[in-house]
Amino acid sequence: MDRAELVEETVVRLMRTAVTTLPEDVIAGLHKALQLETEEVARVQLRTIIDNVEKAESADVPMCQDTGVPIFFVSGECSHEIEEGIMNGVARATKEIPLRPNVVDPISRHNTGTNIGAGMPNIHYEQAKGDFVEITFMPKGAGSENMSVLRMLNPTSGTKGIKETVIDAVVSAGGRPCPPSIVGVGIGGTADSAMLLAKKAIIRPLGRSSDDPDVAKLERELKEMLNATGIGPMGLGGRTTTLGVMIEKADCHTASLPVAVNIQCWAARRASARIYPDDRVRFRTEGFQ
Amino acid sequence: MRLVTPLSDKDVRSLRVGDGATLSGRAFTARDEAHMRALDMSRRGEPLPFELKDMAVYHCGPIVEKDGEGWKVVAAGPTTSSRMNDLEPEFIERFRPRAIIGKGGMSAGTIGACKRFGCVYLAFTGGAAVVAAKGIRGVAGVHWLDLGMPEAVWELELDDLGPLIVAIDTEGRSMYDDVGKRVDANVKRLKESL
Repeated sequence: MDRAELVEETVVRLMRTAVTTLPEDVIAGLHKALQLETEEVARVQLRTIIDNVEKAESADVPMCQDTGVPIFFVSGECSHEIEEGIMNGVARATKEIPLRPNVVDPISRHNTGTNIGAGMPNIHYEQAKGDFVEITFMPKGAGSENMSVLRMLNPTSGTKGIKETVIDAVVSAGGRPCPPSIVGVGIGGTADSAMLLAKKAIIRPLGRSSDDPDVAKLERELKEMLNATGIGPMGLGGRTTTLGVMIEKADCHTASLPVAVNIQCWAARRASARIYPDDRVRFRTEGFQ
Repeated sequence: MRLVTPLSDKDVRSLRVGDGATLSGRAFTARDEAHMRALDMSRRGEPLPFELKDMAVYHCGPIVEKDGEGWKVVAAGPTTSSRMNDLEPEFIERFRPRAIIGKGGMSAGTIGACKRFGCVYLAFTGGAAVVAAKGIRGVAGVHWLDLGMPEAVWELELDDLGPLIVAIDTEGRSMYDDVGKRVDANVKRLKESL
């Protein structure tokens, strides 16, 4: 099998796994949320979600009709073959699984029917982690993506400003991004890199806090505050508005404090694979770190 | 409560925020593009190719598969209703559906139209697309497929779609507004503690 074909096969399997099954850390998070809720309306929402996840897995069909736009993080080789394999994989998965064709021209709104288009799939190349190519797939639905917020704060706003930004973003989103959600926060960098950090943050498995103790503390405090808002599952009230807050940071200009918020719905779908030089492929839904 | 379309004014006016329900009978999916086209046609005095009176409108862009001559629903959870906030009051006034199924709630204009014309908003769990598909017996037809699979109008035969919760009733009450008031008070306290 040539390189592009191997990537294509890998991508189809990644996409099928991601849209039909949830990673174990997310399933555990949903069960924990159900334990915490006492109000019947909130419990009905969570029971329906858990029931839905189980039904999707056993029927091998997408758990949510919004199978999102295809987002890939690739570390290692950045070649024509990788790109070709991803493109062909997305088109094939869209037809075979099937996925909902979501990609349209932004002005004419014409649907390409394949989930392929200008700038789609959205592929982010990163520095190599080893002698393998690592591909992570994350479908991103519009309900959650449309709630994204970027604020360029004054540096003097500090931690208080960061917390206000995240609270405001989650409160104004309300039930629309399908809570209990995962809240990704990007702090620092530039306007564009802050949002990418926020998006990368939501790939991190639940329960794994930041390696930076100050950031980990901020993640814990924000989670507690967001769950004290009372928005609850689907915005119908309750104690579980978020399953976890994940923060990634980068250094920034001395005059800047960019803060980006990228929310992921409860259907926090993701899957990763590593392709080794001898063509062996390993799959994980919880990343390799 | 088991609701079956066609629904009467009396049927929906007996419902209250917080009531649990399932819905059976005919329902039509409609999102942003379908709302726009239906309103444009109606404003020009043209008839729609389907009749929404006393029926249910489902804010949903399903995944459907060709099944011989017909169609099969694979996954069909609700989409975010607030995108239709600006269109829904006129939509309800012109086409007189009795129920809107969606997620995330709708704004004051729709709440007013529900009260005035006898319509309820039924919240369905976002993302619960496979549970939803189990509540859809079949596809009776499709209109405006040129809008693409998600935006087309799919005519669905429902069979106890649910669990649904009455989240906007005909008395002008919205569960989202009730929750919103509590959230605002909580957020005020949280921000004061920063």
